[in-house]
Amino acid sequence: MNLFFSFSALVILILLAVIGVEAVKLEFLFGVIIPYVAIAFFLIGIIYKVIYWARSPVPFRITTTAGQQKSLPWIKNSKLESPNTTLGVIGRMLLEVLLFRSLFRNTKAELKKGPKLVYGSSRYLWLAALAFHWAFLIIVLRHFRYFSEPIPAFVPFLQNLDGFLQIGLPILYITNVLIVVALTYLFFRRLFDPKLKYFSLASDYFPLLLLLGIALTGILMRYFTKVDIVSVKEMAVGLFSFQPVVPEGIGVMFYLHLFLVSVLLAYFPFSKLMHFAGVFLSPTRNLANNNRMKRHVNPWNAPVRIHTYEEYEDEFRDVMKASGLPLEKE
Amino acid sequence: MSEFKAKPEELAEKINYKTPHKSWMDPYIEIKHGSFNYSGIPKNVEYLKLPNPRKWQPTEDEWQLPENWKEIILTGLKERLDKFRSLKIFMDICVRCGACSDKCHFFIGSGDPKNMPVLRAELLRSVYRNDFTTAGKVFGKFAGGRELTIDVIKEWFYYFYQCTQCRRCSVFCPYGIDTAEVTILVRELLNLIGINIDWVITPVANSFRTGNHLGIQPHGFKDSIDFAVEELETIIGIKVDAPINKKGAEVLFVTPSADYFGDPHYFTLLGYLALFHEIGLDYTWTTFASEGGNFGSFVSHDLMKSLNTKIYSEAKRLGVKWILGGECGHMWRVLHQYMDTLNGPADFLEEPVSPITGTKYENAKSTKMVHICEFTADLIKNNKIQLDKSRNDKLKVTFHDSCNPSRAMGLIEEPRYVINNTCNHFYEMPENTIKEQTFCCGSGAGLGTDENLEMRLRGGLPRANAVKFVNEKNGVNFLGCICAIDKATLPPLMDYWVPGVQVGGIHELVGNALVIKGEKERTTDLRGEPYVEKAKEEIETSTKE
Repeated sequence: MNLFFSFSALVILILLAVIGVEAVKLEFLFGVIIPYVAIAFFLIGIIYKVIYWARSPVPFRITTTAGQQKSLPWIKNSKLESPNTTLGVIGRMLLEVLLFRSLFRNTKAELKKGPKLVYGSSRYLWLAALAFHWAFLIIVLRHFRYFSEPIPAFVPFLQNLDGFLQIGLPILYITNVLIVVALTYLFFRRLFDPKLKYFSLASDYFPLLLLLGIALTGILMRYFTKVDIVSVKEMAVGLFSFQPVVPEGIGVMFYLHLFLVSVLLAYFPFSKLMHFAGVFLSPTRNLANNNRMKRHVNPWNAPVRIHTYEEYEDEFRDVMKASGLPLEKE
Repeated sequence: MSEFKAKPEELAEKINYKTPHKSWMDPYIEIKHGSFNYSGIPKNVEYLKLPNPRKWQPTEDEWQLPENWKEIILTGLKERLDKFRSLKIFMDICVRCGACSDKCHFFIGSGDPKNMPVLRAELLRSVYRNDFTTAGKVFGKFAGGRELTIDVIKEWFYYFYQCTQCRRCSVFCPYGIDTAEVTILVRELLNLIGINIDWVITPVANSFRTGNHLGIQPHGFKDSIDFAVEELETIIGIKVDAPINKKGAEVLFVTPSADYFGDPHYFTLLGYLALFHEIGLDYTWTTFASEGGNFGSFVSHDLMKSLNTKIYSEAKRLGVKWILGGECGHMWRVLHQYMDTLNGPADFLEEPVSPITGTKYENAKSTKMVHICEFTADLIKNNKIQLDKSRNDKLKVTFHDSCNPSRAMGLIEEPRYVINNTCNHFYEMPENTIKEQTFCCGSGAGLGTDENLEMRLRGGLPRANAVKFVNEKNGVNFLGCICAIDKATLPPLMDYWVPGVQVGGIHELVGNALVIKGEKERTTDLRGEPYVEKAKEEIETSTKE
């Protein structure tokens, strides 16, 4: 049901773009207006969400420690898994964000006869997630060859690196293969792992399908249907310099690609994809394990009902006296 | 114990990880006997001035909630979203990658999909999405939204009291989503409409009034300590000093009340008494803060603060320099991660320095409270105590990292150092079951009741199974731990899954091995069981073999 909903949504989106561009000739709408609206949603939405998060304070320092604390000088502490300094926290966050440290730990529990529980290492999720995210980043960066003139220096560098296998013409980018394989794995994993299927929502399938749609339309354009790169660049530079133009004859595949990207951008702030920003604000990861060294202040530290020693002694004075315990008031 | 009678093999064979046909979004659940806790008794709910005290039980159809219960919950949720960034983040960024799904001991032991951390949090997330997010308001169910109904409340009660706040899932989550945080906050919400459990409420009420979970009054506390002193005297031949409520002592010692009341905690208490005597520590016990544990932390941040405040105020009243804390799990989560924030700054205390070794506890310079394992490890390292390891020779020891010391403090090597210096036979359990990946005893966070025994035994399976592994491989017969709930609930767990394994504290090992100046020749260990002879016999038989 959730999958059906997501799949239908994607099909409707694709049809919208194809009909809009091919039949109704709404190139300006799909090529200019929708991308601008989408970018606005994306930027404003992200800022809004991050501000929404940041408005709530962090009342307690609830670091999840995954290694030895800093205590006695002769005990080696785990500077990255249980950091007690800002530098350590930065290191921990970098490991998390760039290499998905926690996911790397993943295991798979199996209950065998006996009963006997075994925990095998299970790193496919980590591998696919890493492959997807890095490929996606590199692909986005490569696209800067369209967005700006002159082309930034890092682009040819990335292109060379990405195409170092020198297969085919146009040269095959490794990231193009990786992103499709990784997304396909992540998608089928959701379908074929019964646990995942059980709790997956429409909003879990949809981004995967949408990203696959974006990747495949891009790949089709590059290797198969071909587009007029010069016109595409003219249009992209136009968009980014706020002097939009709609050159003739770019072809529907490009509009479809652009439309799906627009949908992704507009959808982004309302979805779980916000994890890209949220992970930086996660208090179990971005706080140092220095709780007893440095006091953490809670801005709303509310007064609570307490039972004072005086009240306690008043209630128990007789028995305390009888058993010879010292008293404040005789 | 309860009526639970299934044999271990039968129970294990019936664990089924197949997902049900019914969608998780359907909140209706059957509250199963053996898998829930009785409600808080009205007298104690009232004593704590908590909402809606009444007689009710979870198995009844009618939970007698206030008429505007829904409004209370949604307003309460809004309030908590505004107060806790953690809650907003944890509600918004889960991608349901499933890394956490098989990390929960309750899921492993029950196969119930709502015990997967991801789904446990989704139980709240779905309501959050429905009422607090744009996508949820527009797309409802398709965006994963669920309307808040009475059935959802019952489902929350059932599953958020099947979480021991152990935080194992949080270690594996790529964003560090912490189910314990979600559980504490949902329990807070439930508490607003009078839904709570007695195993939490009554200890909290007792702690509030008498200073400890069991409601032991000051003279009872003194009797317990005096009795322990006498008992220790029969073992070591020395009557140790154990001052109570002594003003001007250098150190205040706070430990869970089970230590002076429960078995096998008691032997750890004897260990403390012997150790403090041997090093001549100028310290005091306290009747007012006679509980290190904090069951308030299992139900709300306010109650946590209410109870925790006693420790600093007592330290101030007695005029001590710093505080030493005994073996306990959640107690140390509160002390390490919350106390200074809640009730500090402790500017009336001094930065802790060991009077015996001169070591400055730099890591506790703000909170001014030191863990007993840090303290003892430092004594051993500086050769301030003499330990005869062979006195623990009959024990083949493994160590159960308690959830909070490992995942909220990072106290991992200190207890190991102490163990390695107090016994000759120490074996680690498999690496996926110790240190930061340790498995909960299955009974933490207020769930250690008899009526909840089946769920406890299920939740304890991963821990017990790892003990069984070293029991079969290395002959392990002693499960060491540094948590009062562990000491209370691991023994029945061992009896069920791995019979023949004793449970005890690390300072019981210390007390056994400690060579005390002027002590009589010891014939028994702290449990009163002959140990030297038996160990010798064992050595002789093994050499014959």
